Amino acid sequence: MPKKSAQPPPPAETEQPEAPIVEPTPPVDVLYCSVCTFPPEYCEFGSSFTRCKEWLKEDHPDLFDKYYSDEAFQTRIGTLSLEAQTKLEKDTAKKEAKAEAKADAALKKKLSSQVTIRRIERTKRKHVTAIYGLDAFGIDLKKAAKQFASKFATGASVTKNPQGLDEIVVQGDVSDEVLDMIEEGVGVLKGIPADNVEIVEDKKKKGGD
Amino acid sequence: MFKKFSPSTDIAGHTPVKTSVQRSIRAAVLSQWKIESETLEAIWPKKEGLVLVKCREHVSIYTVHGEPIFLQHFDGPFFPTLRLLHKYPYILPMVKVDRGAIRFLLAGAHMMCPGLTSAGGYLPPAEAALPAGTPVAIHAEGKEHAVGVGITKLGTEEMKKVNKGVAVETTTYLGDDLWVLKAL
Repeated sequence: MPKKSAQPPPPAETEQPEAPIVEPTPPVDVLYCSVCTFPPEYCEFGSSFTRCKEWLKEDHPDLFDKYYSDEAFQTRIGTLSLEAQTKLEKDTAKKEAKAEAKADAALKKKLSSQVTIRRIERTKRKHVTAIYGLDAFGIDLKKAAKQFASKFATGASVTKNPQGLDEIVVQGDVSDEVLDMIEEGVGVLKGIPADNVEIVEDKKKKGGD
Repeated sequence: MFKKFSPSTDIAGHTPVKTSVQRSIRAAVLSQWKIESETLEAIWPKKEGLVLVKCREHVSIYTVHGEPIFLQHFDGPFFPTLRLLHKYPYILPMVKVDRGAIRFLLAGAHMMCPGLTSAGGYLPPAEAALPAGTPVAIHAEGKEHAVGVGITKLGTEEMKKVNKGVAVETTTYLGDDLWVLKAL
């Protein structure tokens, strides 16, 4: 492996001509839009252009002027014909509306989804608690299981239930404690409305008392 | 390549890479990219082990500290991820597409010759012509940062001559599922 390169620095022919000598070249610091994660110059192609614009106006007004002022518009469309530009803008607006509708639907689904805490009987006086539906609220099941395990000092794991969906199974009857934790939003369990949580009890069909 | 990519189904496993293999990868990267070993050292310190993330369809992503830095398809050339390319824009040769093509590129399309040869596009001049199969940074007309990473399907001189069909095959682009993924 070449430890110290004796070769001459490569000619920098890209738009950021830097002088790479022996020191490692520092990385270019690129600003990314906090709304759509693109560099702000590409926001106009994203699906949240209006919100991106607002963000840029607020946080980086100098850049906003650079990209969206009237004289910038001319350079922005470059060689593209005006007609094609209007079409592009129309497309963007359409895309934006679509993305918004999608986000709305996702939010609605999230609000209506339920978290079920089931107490399942194992042997006579032993139970496990199965918590289903946390993933709908964007919670990492593995992390949540870990949190339960350390909180209750028992085993907690992510398993597939008979329907083939992931749920967390905690050893022991901890359904009330879990409910409290969800209501308080401890650790990773954030953003779940308390109304969406229900406790169900499963009795063993046969062999119980 | 990464238009649809979800870590839970498309990743087969993470494995640390053997030091001997790491050495050959480092040499390969240094020979393929326009990068000094000191800069590569800053991106990927020698002491930090490289982790190979195997994905479906023979795509391998290499990560340092969980952050993807480059990827490879079969045993082809190494591509930097777009985030890395934004930080070090000079490591790959540049081609530029005109403004009309950006929209399609952001939808994951391959780049066609006319988009590169038209007034808004840019191809390296004849004396710096690129052969087919070179990884390139895809820039866009009037924009500062790269918008994608791709591999040339034709030599650049050939593109100018034929001016038809796929010129650059897009590997990863702004807004694809690899871009969304900040860490693996």
